[in-house]
Amino acid sequence: MTAIAAAPPASRRAGGRRRHTGALWGLVAWAVGLFFFIPIAWMILTSFHSEPDAATNPPSIAAHLTMQGYREFFGASTGTSPWPAVINSMTASIVATLLVLALSIPAAYALSIKPVRKWTDVMFFFLSTKMLPAVAGLLPIYLIAKNLGMLDNIWLMVILYTSMNLPIAVWMMRSFLAEIPMAILEAASIDGAGLITVFRRVIIPISAPGIAATSLICFIFSWNEMLFARVLTGVRSTTAPVFLTSFVTSQGLFLAQVCAAAVAVSLPVLIAGFAAQDKLVQGLSLGAVK
Amino acid sequence: MSSTSTERIRPSSVRKAAPSPRLSERAVAWGRRAPLLPALVFMVIVTQLPFVATLVISFMDWNALYPDQRAFTGLGNYAKVFSDPNLRSSVFTTIELTVVVVLISLMLGLLLALLLDRSFRGRGLVRTMLIAPFLIVPVASALVWKHALYNPEYGLFNGLLTWVWKLFGSNSPPQPDWITSMPLGAVEASLIWQWTPFMMLIILAGMQSRPLDIIEAARVDGAGTWQIFRFMTLPHLRRYLELAGLLGSIYVVQNFDAVFTITSGGLGTANLPYTIYESFYQAHDYGQASAAGVIVVIGTIVVATIALRLVSTLLREETS
Repeated sequence: MTAIAAAPPASRRAGGRRRHTGALWGLVAWAVGLFFFIPIAWMILTSFHSEPDAATNPPSIAAHLTMQGYREFFGASTGTSPWPAVINSMTASIVATLLVLALSIPAAYALSIKPVRKWTDVMFFFLSTKMLPAVAGLLPIYLIAKNLGMLDNIWLMVILYTSMNLPIAVWMMRSFLAEIPMAILEAASIDGAGLITVFRRVIIPISAPGIAATSLICFIFSWNEMLFARVLTGVRSTTAPVFLTSFVTSQGLFLAQVCAAAVAVSLPVLIAGFAAQDKLVQGLSLGAVK
Repeated sequence: MSSTSTERIRPSSVRKAAPSPRLSERAVAWGRRAPLLPALVFMVIVTQLPFVATLVISFMDWNALYPDQRAFTGLGNYAKVFSDPNLRSSVFTTIELTVVVVLISLMLGLLLALLLDRSFRGRGLVRTMLIAPFLIVPVASALVWKHALYNPEYGLFNGLLTWVWKLFGSNSPPQPDWITSMPLGAVEASLIWQWTPFMMLIILAGMQSRPLDIIEAARVDGAGTWQIFRFMTLPHLRRYLELAGLLGSIYVVQNFDAVFTITSGGLGTANLPYTIYESFYQAHDYGQASAAGVIVVIGTIVVATIALRLVSTLLREETS
C-alpha cells in the first residue's frame, strides 16, 4: 500500500478506484512473474531431488532433497569431470571479452569522439556482420582451422567469440563514448594530455559503467554459444554447453542430473546477470538505453 | 578526472607543424582512422573472408568423403539446393519460427513492461524473476523444457494436468505428447519464454525515459489511460520496439540450440541453421552446404537492408 501511495497523485474523484486497480495490477504482475519463473523453480527443485522422485506423475514437490544430481554431474559415477570444460568456457569467454574491449574502445573513439568520415557507414558495416548468419561461415572456418591445425583449440573459439561480439560492443561503446562531454576532452588536451593519457585518465573512468555493460553482454553470449563449439572443439577444448549436451546423451535420461547440470552450467551467467541487472538493460539495447 | 589538469604539459602534442597542407590533412585523416583499423581489419578477416570462401566452395563439387573428386560444377549445387524440398521447407520454418517468436515475445514484453512500469510491493523481485529465463544458458533451458516440462510421462506439464484433474476427481487426465503433437509450437514456446525478458527489458527502459511531466499534463487535461498509452507512450516506444524486434530477429533467425535439443530438427522443425549444420556435419557435402549458406546470406542481406533502414533512424537523430 505504501508503494501505491508513492504513485503519481491521482485526481481526487478517481483516487479510491485507482488505488484498488493499482493493487490489482500489482497482483497480476506477481502472478505473471511467478508464471515465468515456474520452469526455473522446477529446474532448481528437481536438481535437488533423487531420480525416482524427479520422475513422478503428478509431480512430487515435497520430496526429500539430495545433492546426488550434482554429485553425478561432477563425475561421481562416470569419472568425467566437467571442470576442464568449465575452465575452457571461462578462458574463451573472458579472453574474448578482454579482446573485444581492447578492439572496440579505440574503434568507438574513432566513431564518436573524433569520428572518421562516413562513420555511420562503418557502424552499419559492423551491424551487418551480425546479421549474416554465422552458420553460413561454419564450413570455411572449419576448413581453414583444419588447414592451420587449429581444430580442437580453445584459442580458435576465442577468436570466433571476439568476432561475434565485436559489432555489438562497437555499437555499445560508441554510444557510451558519445556521452562524454566534449568540454572535458578539450580541457584534457589543452592541458597537454596525450591520447593514451586521455584514454587512461578520462575516457575509461567516465565510461566504466558502459564498459561493464559491454563486458557482461560479451561474457554471456560467449558462454552460451554452442553451434561453433560443437563443430570446432573436441576432447581437449570442449566448452561447458557442449559438455552439457554430451553429458545428457551419455547418461541416458536422468531428470535430476539433467536439471543439476543445467543449473550448474547456467550459474556463472545467472550470478553475473543478477548482479548487474541495469548493465544488462544497457547492454541489450546496444547502449541506446541508459 | 581532475587529475588531468595537473598533468604536465607536453609541448609535442601542442605543436602545430604543417609542412604541406595536403600531406597533413591526409595524416590527420589516417590519424583518425588508426584507432578504428584493428577492429575493422579483424572483422574483415574473421567474418568476410570465410564468406568469400563459402562463395567459392559453393561452385565446387566437393564431398568430404570423396576428396579426390573435387571439381568446379558451376551452378550445380544451387540447382540441387533449390530442388531440395528439405531446404525449401527449412526456409519457411525459419521465417515462421522467427516471426512467431519475435512478435509474440515483443507483445508479451510490452505487456510485462507495462505491468512493471507501475510501482507495487516487491517490484524488484518480480523483475528479477522475469529476467531469469534470459540468463539460463540456451542449451540448458532447451534441455529442461524437453525433459523436465514436455516429457509426456513425467514432465511438469502433464504432471500438473494429472494433479488438476485429480483435484476434480478425475483419474483420466489428458496426457498429450507435447513435442510430437506440436513440434514447432514446442520449440517456439521455449524460445518465447527465453526472449520475452529481453524484449521486456528494452521496452521497460524505453518507458522509463518517457517525459513524465508531459504525461502528467495530459492527464490533468483529461486524457484517459488508454489515450495516454495510444498517443503518448506507444509513439515514444516505437524506437525501442523496433530495436528490440530487430535485435531479437537477428538472434532468433540464427537459433540452433533449441531446434537441435528439443526436436533434433525432426517433425518439420529444421530451420536453416540446423539444415546447414546437418548437411555439413552428416552429409559431408561441402559444395551443397556452401550453396545453401550463400542463399541464406543473400536472403538475410535482403531482410537486413530493410531492417537497417528501420534502425538508421536511431543514428539519424544524432547526425542531423
